[in-house]
Amino acid sequence: MRFISEFRRSELAEGLISQIHRQSKTPARFMEFCGGHTVTIFRYGIRQVLPPTIEMVSGPGCPICVTANADLDKAIALAQVPDVIIATFGDMLKIPGSYSSLQEVKADGAEVRMVYSTMDALNLAEENPSKSVVFLGIGFETTAPTIAASILQAEEKRIKNYYVLSMHKLCPPVIRALLDSGEVRLGGLVCPGHVSTIIGSHPWEFIARDYGIPCVISGFEPLDILRCVDMLVTQVENDESKVEIAYRRGVRPEGNQQALKLMEQVFEPCPAQWRGIGEVADSGLKLREEYRHYDAELAFVIDAGQPCEPAGCICGDILRGVKTPADCPLFGNACTPQYPVGPCMVSSEGSCSAYYLYGGDFGG
Amino acid sequence: MCLAIPALVKIIEDKEAEVEIGGITRRISLWLTPEAKVGDYVLVHTGYAINILDEAEAEETLTLLREIAGLVEEEG
Repeated sequence: MRFISEFRRSELAEGLISQIHRQSKTPARFMEFCGGHTVTIFRYGIRQVLPPTIEMVSGPGCPICVTANADLDKAIALAQVPDVIIATFGDMLKIPGSYSSLQEVKADGAEVRMVYSTMDALNLAEENPSKSVVFLGIGFETTAPTIAASILQAEEKRIKNYYVLSMHKLCPPVIRALLDSGEVRLGGLVCPGHVSTIIGSHPWEFIARDYGIPCVISGFEPLDILRCVDMLVTQVENDESKVEIAYRRGVRPEGNQQALKLMEQVFEPCPAQWRGIGEVADSGLKLREEYRHYDAELAFVIDAGQPCEPAGCICGDILRGVKTPADCPLFGNACTPQYPVGPCMVSSEGSCSAYYLYGGDFGG
Repeated sequence: MCLAIPALVKIIEDKEAEVEIGGITRRISLWLTPEAKVGDYVLVHTGYAINILDEAEAEETLTLLREIAGLVEEEG
């Protein structure tokens, strides 16, 4: 496929791998923030071809994994409100909340529909005028503009039975929170590609400037990741810290202005709860006053009870990059993709799932 | 979850487009990329084009990667 197969060619990978080995002298730990990058790194065995000077750690960039149980419980409780249809991306179905999952309540009769796009959710609302369709707004800056667009389309088409439960998360504020915690020392950051397609390269500049950490925005094919690591190594060896774009075909420095405009029009920043990290200021999005009538939290009485975490699960530590799945006593025993305990094993982009499916010796 | 796939724009109708993704035809929204034209490759995320792929930049990156591969061979 165009723009995919060219970026998987092994002879070009060999060139980059040789260059990385030749250049890298200083030990450095690079974090790939995004779960999509984690999957590419594991699927193509990239950790295994890097020199021993470079350590890769996975970050909290899986929107489903970082959704706090308190929020998941709200979604599950909403699914049980009479005449509510929950429309959601498929990844959410199996994620366990404190007491149940969407899949379980669906089996008990709740109307939970898997959709590919918010456009499908709007169609559901139009086809079911006597019911309320609640879309679960999960995702980072990549997804939030599509949900903003759906609200504007609902407005345009005068659809009155469409609501959004906004659980969106913003990436730069949580990276600042991680770095400020002092728990993880990083020599470089593989910045998320499609988040940057929307927000551009400028919102990452504080990391290079204030924390002295090299930042390179990467695409999702194996050559993209290798080129990104190559550029990070160059910055490390030259003692530089700046923001560079390796994924130039997909990311412009200014981002997607139209998407940012729609997101800004519909949403405003708010505090958000991150699993394992806690509340981070201005790292979530809520509907602005003029669009509050689409806010599922205001439209329905949601009784979700007190959230609790599964015993022994260390997903929170893994999401902060301070532990790996191999450190978890449940990993591969009590917790597998078939019978997951924590979200990082359920989501296809979760670190535990990637370790389980591709990790081999789990050492990388 | 931030997966986005390159797709070729075949037909545009108002704010929607028919695109081809690896031989499969899909209908997507152009709300986030109103400037897209027939013949463009767009990045599709959850049914929305989130960007128009820059073909010149893609070629430039591949040229650079070929140079790196060639350079290494010469030195090796």
